[in-house]
Amino acid sequence: MSAPAHVPTASGEQPASPAPAARPGRHRFLPYLLLLPGAAWLFLFFVVPLVQLAAASLYDPAGSLSTGYALTWSFDNYPAALQAYWPQFGRSFWYAGIALVLALLMGYPLAYAIAQKAGRWKHLLLVCVIAPMFTSFLLRTLAWKTILSDNGWLVGLLRDVHLLGPDGRLLATPVAVVLGLTYNFLPFLVLPLYASLERLDRRLLEASSDLYASPLKTFRRVTLPLSMPGLTAGTLLFFIPATGDYLNAELLGTPNEYMIGNVIDSAFLVRLDYPQGAALSFLLMSAILAVVFGYLRNAGTRDVL
Amino acid sequence: MRISRWLAEHWVLGVALLVLGYLFLPIAVVAALSFNRPSSRLSYDFNEFTLDNWRNPCATSEMCEAVLRSVQIGFLATVVATVLGTVMAFALARHRFRGRSGLNVLIFLPMATPELVMGTSLLALFVSGGVPLGFWTIVIAHVMFCVSFVVVTVKARLTGMDGRLEEAAMDLYAGEWQTFRRITLPLVLPGIVAAALLAFSLSFDDFIVTNFNSGTTVTFPMYVWGAAQRGIPPQVNVIGTAMFGVALLLVLATSLAHRARAGGQRRPAP
Repeated sequence: MSAPAHVPTASGEQPASPAPAARPGRHRFLPYLLLLPGAAWLFLFFVVPLVQLAAASLYDPAGSLSTGYALTWSFDNYPAALQAYWPQFGRSFWYAGIALVLALLMGYPLAYAIAQKAGRWKHLLLVCVIAPMFTSFLLRTLAWKTILSDNGWLVGLLRDVHLLGPDGRLLATPVAVVLGLTYNFLPFLVLPLYASLERLDRRLLEASSDLYASPLKTFRRVTLPLSMPGLTAGTLLFFIPATGDYLNAELLGTPNEYMIGNVIDSAFLVRLDYPQGAALSFLLMSAILAVVFGYLRNAGTRDVL
Repeated sequence: MRISRWLAEHWVLGVALLVLGYLFLPIAVVAALSFNRPSSRLSYDFNEFTLDNWRNPCATSEMCEAVLRSVQIGFLATVVATVLGTVMAFALARHRFRGRSGLNVLIFLPMATPELVMGTSLLALFVSGGVPLGFWTIVIAHVMFCVSFVVVTVKARLTGMDGRLEEAAMDLYAGEWQTFRRITLPLVLPGIVAAALLAFSLSFDDFIVTNFNSGTTVTFPMYVWGAAQRGIPPQVNVIGTAMFGVALLLVLATSLAHRARAGGQRRPAP
């Protein structure tokens, strides 16, 4: 975008999509002027820092914040970081994956009910999905600490029906962390799913059942494929922040439940080991991107059963 | 027979209500704890009913200072991000130019990047550039992750708009500026307002990015985090409940106003 001389004059060209209206030639610089401040901000404070972080991940690990770091292209930082923290790494994806399955089991019926069954209560119920986010993320997670606490009613109930042993607990266990992850990111899954299901033409469902498809078959062959765009978007919006989260593990778990985020957090803020923290950040990001692209490729082409 | 049929039709609604209950359970706990007199500073259990916390929400003055600071940061970040993002959305929705797809990637990437990575990378930048961490580094960071959400929200509104309305205005001899001010802007305004509200709530509630770039500056989430280690004052729950109430009222009021206007339009002219 630094070469305005190559800008095609819109007036002489047929736009590929109908959305952008044809504009007179004197507007040829206008889009660049409009874009410049925002793009510059994103470049300066998103792209440049990522490059900086990439450089930091290759610093000499022998340096420190006070003595200064030397860029020695030490690619060894990556295998070293992975070797030291692979359990936390695996745990991040494992917990986020289980939480995703739970969230799908809860979120799909919720989105479907709001989109197709709620009638005039649709908007109110939609507000109810967003409303919990009006209270601070941290406060909600701390509230789970109250709900799951050892002398809370939930643990008492589970002990009475012998789902938990007399000394069984929920807080400070993997269950609590997964439950917290599921809870905190559920709305991000439900909203895009709702948007897809809301556009679903009910006549298609009627046609399917008129043609003697069972409700289950209608769901598998009609509803599910048609909701795929929302399902894909929602899954990503859930999975990305859930994998990188460390607050649930910190507040609801113990160091035995720590995820990779906890390690990165302490590398930067406690141990002040920037090369390691940067290498772990990049490993996290590339692992997430790999999962995301693998998933997108499959979601696009997979014939849903 | 009839019951099983009714169940087959409506079980989804039942499940949905249960899930909504799950979503609201912690909110109910926050609200309940705002009326609690805790037995000790580190206790998260309900002990005794009291109105003291609501009568005296600023008993811990640090907390109210943190809330105020979060509002200031949220306001600044929202204004900057909304202006930058809206202008970008117009360029993307209305113009064709070189580098469009590259720009779309640049806007999409911050939304797909874990907050943790954005926070650590900005910290690496600020530290190596010798920028002192504090109020302004938080504002810069918040603008950065809000812009993309503003672009997406406003662009959705712009592309869903009927372009013929603007053409009609132009046909009726409205100048370009007049068309923009009288037709385009009012039509896009709901999208811009929604984007601004989204940006504010993202900024106000952000912990992860802020945690890396705040230095010693304390925002409300940072305060709650710090307090969680040494015992949370019950007034924190008052702020949480009040925030929830205000936001809920705002949303319900706008949706009622929307419904009233829609109803008014549908009524036949006398």
